[in-house]
Amino acid sequence: MDTQDEYQVDLGNLMAFDPFHHFTSIPSSREELVADCLSKGTELVQAIVSGVFNLPSTEDIDGPLVKLPPPTTKLPREKPLPKPKPPTRWEEFAKAKGIRNRKKDKVVWDEQTGTWKRRYGYDRVNDDADIPIIEAKMTDEPGVDPFAKRIAERKERVQKQQKNQLQNLKTAAKAGALPSHVQLAATALPITGTQAAKKKFTKDELGNVAGLASTATASGGKFDKKLRGEKPVKNQGKHRKFLPVVEGSGIGSQEKEQTERVLSKLISSNSHEILNVDKAVTMYNVKKERKRRNQYGKPSSTRNEQGKSSSTPSKLKPNNKPMKAKSLANKGKGSFSNKGKGSFSSKGKAK
Amino acid sequence: MLKVKTPKNRRVQRELEKRAPRLVEKGKKTLILQGTKTSNVLNTVLSEIYHLKRDNAIRYTRKNDSIRPFESGGETSLEFFSMKTDCSIFVYGSTSKKRPDNLVIGRTYDHHIYDLIEVGVENFKRMDSFTYDKKLAPQAGSKPFIVFSGEAFESVDELKHLKEVLLELLRGEVVDNLNLAGLGRVYVCTAISSNRVFLTHCALRLKKSGTIVPRIELVEIGPSMDFVVRRHRLPNESLRKEAMKTAKDKTHKKIKNVSKDALQGKLGKIYVPDQKLGEMVLPNKAKGVKRERREAKMKNSNNEPASKKQKEEDS
Repeated sequence: MDTQDEYQVDLGNLMAFDPFHHFTSIPSSREELVADCLSKGTELVQAIVSGVFNLPSTEDIDGPLVKLPPPTTKLPREKPLPKPKPPTRWEEFAKAKGIRNRKKDKVVWDEQTGTWKRRYGYDRVNDDADIPIIEAKMTDEPGVDPFAKRIAERKERVQKQQKNQLQNLKTAAKAGALPSHVQLAATALPITGTQAAKKKFTKDELGNVAGLASTATASGGKFDKKLRGEKPVKNQGKHRKFLPVVEGSGIGSQEKEQTERVLSKLISSNSHEILNVDKAVTMYNVKKERKRRNQYGKPSSTRNEQGKSSSTPSKLKPNNKPMKAKSLANKGKGSFSNKGKGSFSSKGKAK
Repeated sequence: MLKVKTPKNRRVQRELEKRAPRLVEKGKKTLILQGTKTSNVLNTVLSEIYHLKRDNAIRYTRKNDSIRPFESGGETSLEFFSMKTDCSIFVYGSTSKKRPDNLVIGRTYDHHIYDLIEVGVENFKRMDSFTYDKKLAPQAGSKPFIVFSGEAFESVDELKHLKEVLLELLRGEVVDNLNLAGLGRVYVCTAISSNRVFLTHCALRLKKSGTIVPRIELVEIGPSMDFVVRRHRLPNESLRKEAMKTAKDKTHKKIKNVSKDALQGKLGKIYVPDQKLGEMVLPNKAKGVKRERREAKMKNSNNEPASKKQKEEDS
């Protein structure tokens, strides 16, 4: 028993460890060292052997068998722990409803032939394929082949089951608990170069494409030979035309007219916003301030200044706005010359 | 769209199932391979390690120029080989001027490098150089004893690590049942100094001792060598924690009505409920045998004609 305390023995691994051993005197030669090590090793092996041989054993043809305890030395795993498989839809449903699996016999008594037959598989009991005649019912639709219908129904059932299986496998894959031999592979890979499913073009799309293609000449398809009965192309696309900027004999002013037309259109629709209120207010304030300064700062020359004031503030008067017609600009001027008392805003806005 | 892909034949399926992760693992496979340059000694070391672990190892004999386990980027092909061969311990030999006769022993977790230890081989003596009685030669694939001695195995970090790696490399398969007649060899590891370990392989000679426990003698059969620890890399803490996870032991359910007594041994209480023989369901559940039906039938046969008569009288 003292050896057990002295050495650490792991019977599961057949391992023993002496943590206190050290050489009392450093061995001088290799042979001495080996002999030392072996004698120590013998002691340790003896400790393991006494542990193993004292375990309860059962006799076997090859020799006595001993049941080893599990290893006590903790060693790292090779692979992560397997994840538990999530329940399938049916298992969830069965649990909720309290349905339990019952064992079914593999063979069933077939009353028609009077023999035992397999429940499933080849030569099975109640096989649809064995029935040569299907009795017509009142509810049957005329013109439907009952045999073909039966086969189709069967195929449908099989497909449904496959779909359900795939769904369950997908949930298992999400949980990382796919069975080791199953792989879920994408059937159509979105990689260039692989065959993608061909898309069918509609008539409209084809027409549009043909229209675009026919205009892909320098003349925009103007001089292309038309086939007999060919319809005019659809969706030709737009070609921009640029008018000459420099005035010439005929169409020179066309460009200017065009821009002016656009401009006047814009102005007419936005004319009520033309007055910049902020600017008008500052201008009014500046003017007032200046007037006051003139009055108090240079009392001697007030008259002159006052007399001038109506004419001088040409700088402070709003400039002629280029966007506005001249008549309008004049009116605006008039409104500001009314010495600040009046409601300039209303007048300014009024056209 | 997804497609279910399954193996075409049973052999492949079995192979895949062998590779699947399991709750309780049964020992690791070893991959033995080498770098671009190996010495004569190292070639022998590798082939003899393979010879000793023949049942559970794979030997690659080609030169591998892209494997440098301690450098970043040098482990990719090693991890690939580990994935391909499903091995989780590798022994990689290489020799250079700086590190002559270099042996890198490492483990993988989930086919990624878990830890590494680098040792130099010195004083190597090959198997052929030992002479011993051939009757003692151990059987291939028998479970070996492993013996460690020396305080350095506990006090020095590198040697502590080396001890764990050597144990995993040498211990063979984890078994439940052991045939005592098959025991015949032992690996003896002794820490000579703080960075040197002496490893030898011995056969056991069992001698009668008068008790059931035989007396043991060791006979050196080789190979024997010295390991000089060079570099080592421990796993990082989070990885170690994850790798050390074990399947939860089945929680011991409290067993009712069973108690243990020092004198009387195992005691059980048995409660015998009242046997309600009258309400017992008969094993034969045929309709005709059911009691209610039989009784009802008897009742009906007596009463029905009478009731009908009564009705007629009423009307």
